[in-house]
Amino acid sequence: MGLATVFGSGGGTSSYEDFHNTDLILLVGSNAAEAHPIIFHHIMKGVHRGAELVVVDPRRTLTTRRAHDHLQIHIGSDIALANAMGHVIIRDGLWHRDFVAQATSGFDAYRASVAEWTPERASEITGIPASRIESLAYRYATAKRAIIGWTLGITEHHNAVDNVFALINLALLTGHVGRPGSGLSPLRGQNNVQGGGDMGALPDRLPGFQSVRDPEVRAKFEAAWGVSLSSEPGWNQTQMFDAMQAGRLKGLYVIGENPIDSEANGHHMRSLFENLDALVVQDIFMTATAGMADVVFPARVSFAESDGTYTNSERRVQRVKAARQGPGQSQDDLWIVTALARAMGVPWEFKDAANVFDEMRHLAPNFRGMTYERLEKFNGLQWPVPSEDHPGSPVLHTRLWESPVDPKVPFTPVDWQPPVETPTEDYPFMLTTGRRLAFYNTGVQSNGYDHPHNIGEWLEIHPHDAEMLGVADGDTVAVISRRGRVEVPAYYSSNVSPGIVFMTFHFPDHVETNLLSIDATDPKSGTAEFKATAVRIEKRQ
Amino acid sequence: MGSNITLTIDGQTVSVVEGTTVRAACEQVDTFVPTLCWHENLSPANACRACVVEVKGSRTLVASCSRIAEEGMVIETNTSRVANARRVVAELLTSTTDYSTAPELLNLVELSSADPGRFSGGSTWEQPVKDDNNLYIRDLSKCILCYRCVEACGDDAQNTFAITVAGRGFDAHIDAGFGRTLPESDCVFCGNCVAVCPTGALMGKTEWTLRSQNKWDETQITTTDTICSYCGVGCQLSLHVMNNEIVKVSSPMDHPVTHGMLCVKGRYGYQFVQVEDSASV
Repeated sequence: MGLATVFGSGGGTSSYEDFHNTDLILLVGSNAAEAHPIIFHHIMKGVHRGAELVVVDPRRTLTTRRAHDHLQIHIGSDIALANAMGHVIIRDGLWHRDFVAQATSGFDAYRASVAEWTPERASEITGIPASRIESLAYRYATAKRAIIGWTLGITEHHNAVDNVFALINLALLTGHVGRPGSGLSPLRGQNNVQGGGDMGALPDRLPGFQSVRDPEVRAKFEAAWGVSLSSEPGWNQTQMFDAMQAGRLKGLYVIGENPIDSEANGHHMRSLFENLDALVVQDIFMTATAGMADVVFPARVSFAESDGTYTNSERRVQRVKAARQGPGQSQDDLWIVTALARAMGVPWEFKDAANVFDEMRHLAPNFRGMTYERLEKFNGLQWPVPSEDHPGSPVLHTRLWESPVDPKVPFTPVDWQPPVETPTEDYPFMLTTGRRLAFYNTGVQSNGYDHPHNIGEWLEIHPHDAEMLGVADGDTVAVISRRGRVEVPAYYSSNVSPGIVFMTFHFPDHVETNLLSIDATDPKSGTAEFKATAVRIEKRQ
Repeated sequence: MGSNITLTIDGQTVSVVEGTTVRAACEQVDTFVPTLCWHENLSPANACRACVVEVKGSRTLVASCSRIAEEGMVIETNTSRVANARRVVAELLTSTTDYSTAPELLNLVELSSADPGRFSGGSTWEQPVKDDNNLYIRDLSKCILCYRCVEACGDDAQNTFAITVAGRGFDAHIDAGFGRTLPESDCVFCGNCVAVCPTGALMGKTEWTLRSQNKWDETQITTTDTICSYCGVGCQLSLHVMNNEIVKVSSPMDHPVTHGMLCVKGRYGYQFVQVEDSASV
């Protein structure tokens, strides 16, 4: 979202291989060793070749253990850190003057916006000593090449897009974008979250990131599809939930998602779904959401029985191929959607994934040069691929280094706001959520195998906090937020600081973590603040 | 890229980029050098001595997998001294090790005309299979201490450092630290050690179980390359399917995303696709 606003396309600007050949890797709100293990292999390859690894994370993780420098930041204070780094870089004249002048706009406003962000002020908010903020600013600005990577620690906040802007500003200030070994790299949480956006599963986009507001774009799709298209963007998820609340959205068709378990403020979410007139769910499992549906389409076809493509975190579009037969009469999502359209009276033909891909690439310039044959031959291709003789684009925005730059990319000044909930007397702990290596999201996939460390959900709590509460290692505790209450075994862990507790949402059948989490969402991205919920912990009597 | 250097291999002049190993230089002129411990994605461990060659002026035979080619080097890959060394390596390994699932070792036996029974009757590494979790087993009777698993677990890929070689001499063995079981150790069960093991000493539990029931049938297995359905890294998976069941997952060693390495979810977290469920009506 932030990248799309600044650069015009919402994709990471670097490739995994750039991690091998860089001088500084700054991971913010990312536990790559557990959430993106194979990207972490690439990162460590760079580290073994001499790159410095700096990790900003409120917790100690498998990732921070391999870092040269771990800044254990207070939850939700990333903008304070980034703005203070910008402050130091400008104060001490370390910014890339030629790049800023040639390729960017809005520098003066940015400079003014960080003028007050002294390292000392940021230190009070982030909990990181001012000298370490200054030192990081120096190292980032003076590195020959540097990559900033981030994950949900940045994007699961009510000001998620501002968090991303703050990081982009640093790259613009120092020229660490658009070159090999320098870039901005969001590590995508789900296997095709990039591909969904690529294909227009965004309220204001058609396939290939093309804007629905652009009349030329609309005309092209209208001609191809034989229908007229609205110029008004649709609703993002938050807006849909608001519309459900207001009774303006009465029917919902959910494909391959389990929002009852995955969305914040679970009790409220359930009541929204109960108020729908019609709920259709298409999934390979009878999930909690499917359990509420009026109609379930059993898409008994997983990735192992499907054809198509996924796009990964380096914009690489790769082929997905069926390896086995689904049971009985099972059909894939494409067939079900087509059959539904036909039942509603639209004469769609049953097409296979290859046909659909071919239609798409002729309408989306960034994908035009991708054929199934080429994807196969080159182990996927990284967009944009404008023609069939184009090798793909490992590094985006190289144009910023070619004069003249038109259009220039804007700085986006942002101010820090604390998380919506902060500790109070009644709710003195901050609950932050994340992933554990062996498990995934709501567990629909990862609970199917027998991992030796699978003990269900548990709460990570600092021993000092636990002892203060009289909680012994392994005791079951109640965790209570303003929205819900769950019971969960608590284990001592020095991976969290005092005052912070950690859980995942991998085991909703055991512990419904998202009953607790806050549905304060970023108005621009629609993502909720899963990373910061104020809770109270009670020893179970 | 460094500059080129020139050397001679079996009388043939070869020009290679500076920094190239002798083994890679041999490959460049289609001269086959057998290897066991060497692996394309791992640092050379110099453990097995199968790849030794003669270098003119060198007193001892040289491990070609790690020795960097030098200007003017004269290499012989097929002298009787080399052949004898390879044969004895094969004979010593086969006398101590169960090599029934080690195609590369079988191959070395064949091409060196080794007698696998030459040193039989001495000590062996025979011991019970370590079956302490449901994802992979360790059958150290089959281990040749090639170090590949240690490298893959360490800084060549996984950076977990859960295993190493413990003990000296004949007591040397791969250990997860103080003799612990894998679930007690730092192991994260990515199975990258299994992926690089050349002898079947490390094997997926499903494959091991099917083999022990005589149900593992390579001729019935199809392999399909696709992309993992978990996180956004986009790892290529090779799904090995027998009787419509996924029985093993690997990744191509030359894939630019994975280099053959996966995480625990990608390699072992596939059961959900073949679990019948109430949603299937």
